[in-house]
Amino acid sequence: MNLTLSDEQRALQETAADFLAAHTNARKEVDVDAELWSRIVELGWAAVQVPEELDGLGLGPVELVLLMEEMGRRLARTPFLANVVLAQTALLQAGSAEAQQGALAALAYGERTATLILGPGLDAAPASLTVKARRDGEGWVLAGEAAQVLDDGLLTHAYVAARIEEAPGVALFELAVDAAGLSRTPLEVWDLTRPQACWRFDEVRLTADARVDDPTRVLAGLARTRVLAALQVAAEQVGGAAQCLQLAVDYTKERVQFGKPVATFQAVKHRVAEMMVRMETARSTVRGVAARVAQGAQGNGLDDAALAAEVAAARVQATEAYRYCAQEAIQLHGGVGFTWEYDPQMHFKRAQWASQWCGATSGWREALAAHLLDAA
Amino acid sequence: MNEQEFRQEVADWMATHLAGRFACLKHRGGPGDEEAFPALRKEWEQELAAGGWVGLGWPREHGGRDLPLALQLAFHEEYVRAGGPGRIGHIGETLMAPTLIALGTPEQQRRFLPGIREGREYWAQGYSEPGAGSDLAAITTRCWQDEDGRWRLQGQKVWTSLAHESEWIFVVARSTPGSVGREGLSFLLVPLDQPGIEIHPIRQMTGEAEFNSVFFDGAATEADCIVGKPGEGWKVAMALLGFERGVSTLGQQMHFIHELQLVIDVARANGAARDPAIRQRIADAWVGLQGLRYNGLRMLEEDTSSTKVRPEALIYKYAWSNWHRELGQLAMDVIGVAGDVRSDDDAVRRLQQVFFFSRADTIYAGTNEIQLNIIAERGLGMPRG
Ligand SMILES: Cc1cc2nc3c(=O)[nH]c(=O)nc-3n(C[C@H](O)[C@H](O)[C@H](O)COP(=O)(O)OP(=O)(O)OC[C@H]3O[C@@H](n4cnc5c(N)ncnc54)[C@H](O)[C@@H]3O)c2cc1C
Repeated sequence: MNLTLSDEQRALQETAADFLAAHTNARKEVDVDAELWSRIVELGWAAVQVPEELDGLGLGPVELVLLMEEMGRRLARTPFLANVVLAQTALLQAGSAEAQQGALAALAYGERTATLILGPGLDAAPASLTVKARRDGEGWVLAGEAAQVLDDGLLTHAYVAARIEEAPGVALFELAVDAAGLSRTPLEVWDLTRPQACWRFDEVRLTADARVDDPTRVLAGLARTRVLAALQVAAEQVGGAAQCLQLAVDYTKERVQFGKPVATFQAVKHRVAEMMVRMETARSTVRGVAARVAQGAQGNGLDDAALAAEVAAARVQATEAYRYCAQEAIQLHGGVGFTWEYDPQMHFKRAQWASQWCGATSGWREALAAHLLDAA
Repeated sequence: MNEQEFRQEVADWMATHLAGRFACLKHRGGPGDEEAFPALRKEWEQELAAGGWVGLGWPREHGGRDLPLALQLAFHEEYVRAGGPGRIGHIGETLMAPTLIALGTPEQQRRFLPGIREGREYWAQGYSEPGAGSDLAAITTRCWQDEDGRWRLQGQKVWTSLAHESEWIFVVARSTPGSVGREGLSFLLVPLDQPGIEIHPIRQMTGEAEFNSVFFDGAATEADCIVGKPGEGWKVAMALLGFERGVSTLGQQMHFIHELQLVIDVARANGAARDPAIRQRIADAWVGLQGLRYNGLRMLEEDTSSTKVRPEALIYKYAWSNWHRELGQLAMDVIGVAGDVRSDDDAVRRLQQVFFFSRADTIYAGTNEIQLNIIAERGLGMPRG
């Protein structure tokens, strides 16, 4: 397997790095970031994983990983994760052909911006879904509450995985955010760069065509969506860890104590070196797994268990690397590292957010252990 | 050549050749297990050579096959997958040979490469001294040229792996009297079987003796057995260290997979596989192994901007040695109280060796502390103290 990036992939990464460095500021107000989002859409990034026959760019997980790394580095505050990584992936993995036809291009080119609602923290297990669907003549009624939905106020739509009450099963519904009976209450979150809202479904009525899943693959498709999303979140974590490392290196080179830059002290050097070891290892794994998934997409076999195992490796490493690097970045900044004014705290909060969404590492490890130890 | 076909060819060859009298070598040898069947393993080296599996990456004019990195890696993976034994010839093949190909004279290449490739001549690495470990430039072993032009050596090397199994040693010694540090060193190729050399085994914490003290008392070598110019040995020594993280280290991971599988087998057999904490650690070990593997593959990326420091290459040694040390601890925790007793169960015994020998992984080829210094200074541009 070859992990060499193509010229196009390198170009995409460089463009993303330059653009985001120039145009993001994680401390900006939300309404300003509507502009950032529309520019990202113009750059075509929201179309990377949409197949060419559905008018997308027909690229894949490797390109997404490169973009997510750069977004994580800058804590870019956009609906990219919700719209591309979650909503599009759910449609691709679990959606009916008809639904894909209409919606994917709309999501790719900014006519629509959506989020995905699964169980808390993007749990895809049917038992975790808190929204229920009831048949209503030809149509449906949704009821319940999703306590924490990724929602930065720019959304026009949502894809909701709901449990069907009468016949046990799960379905995926599409609805507009102005649907009658739907209320969205913004939550006070620690990680301000990743807004969330509580969504209440108070007898939300939908027509029959609002159901967009392909019933034969909705369960497996949503589970796969969660796994693929975990890989992209891992990429974002790597980008964040890389930025924490950069911040620590830059700061310790400038800060003078005992008559010299603190970066000259070996105790400090060893800590940043350790950050680099963990971050680069996680980066290698995330990129390697993405390449493996891309290869799999070309019919080169990765079954669900193998995919989950590969992603577990990326997920566990990235989570720990980001937590570690964010914590060390605060420490190596000394007192200023504890203040609101310096960026390490923002990464620390994002690292905490990321450690819980898409499943905590203990769960990924246990699933992996079962795969390694309990088989036949 | 198609990689899949090549892999199949390696696997088929291994299946037919690592059999019969060689069968007992499966998964044996290598660091921590060098005392296993040394004589038979040398015959195995010759078998491998006859099969055309040595010097895969060397240029053709030096008897190599000039295979691309991906195929070299494929070979190493299939080799270990088939249980191929640890290579006594690896210092010659992966350190000495590339150095001679890069910096040796045509005569040196003609004289030494065939012996390495055919498994007839084995090499030891004479860098460390009692007073020169991490600070390699503190070398005090002296060398000088006699009237007849031959080089002579006086001094002591230490921790010299496999010297007792080798015909030759490469030695870094001080040729300019009074010089200090990196200046005034020379890089010599010295035959080990001679009156001026004594080799004393050093017993390791594992109980075995894979390395040695090597004493030079007027030992001699030919005038043309110097690589590079007199006084410029540091450059050669560093070039050689650069080869120390070549592709062959990637094959190592396949061996790590085998060791992790041994841990899993023991855990399943003795019930440790039901302990939630052990389960988490076994999963973590697998995760770490994937990290090493993908990082290794990333090292093989085609280098489009060769001037840039490759972070994945810089971190690699530190990452694998720490992973392996932890695997050793995990293995013993899985074995439990039975680990106190030298086991005669092959799998358990092997894991006990991993546990003890892996204490050395974070010391040789650059200690953890030195690796972190290198990463910080070269990888992150941190100022020197
Ligand atoms: C199994 C094994 C096989 C070996 N095989 C060979 C061989 O074949 N040929 C050969 O030439 N050598 C060989 N070596 C030697 C090996 O390369 C050295 O042991 C190693 O370089 C460390 O040197 P040292 O043992 O003198 O430790 P020292 O340099 O004395 O180090 C002692 C401690 O101080 C720390 N330290 C030293 N300097 C610094 C610093 N600047 N900053 C922070 N910490 C520092 C070290 O990290 C270590 O923890 C082998 C060693 C082992 C264990």
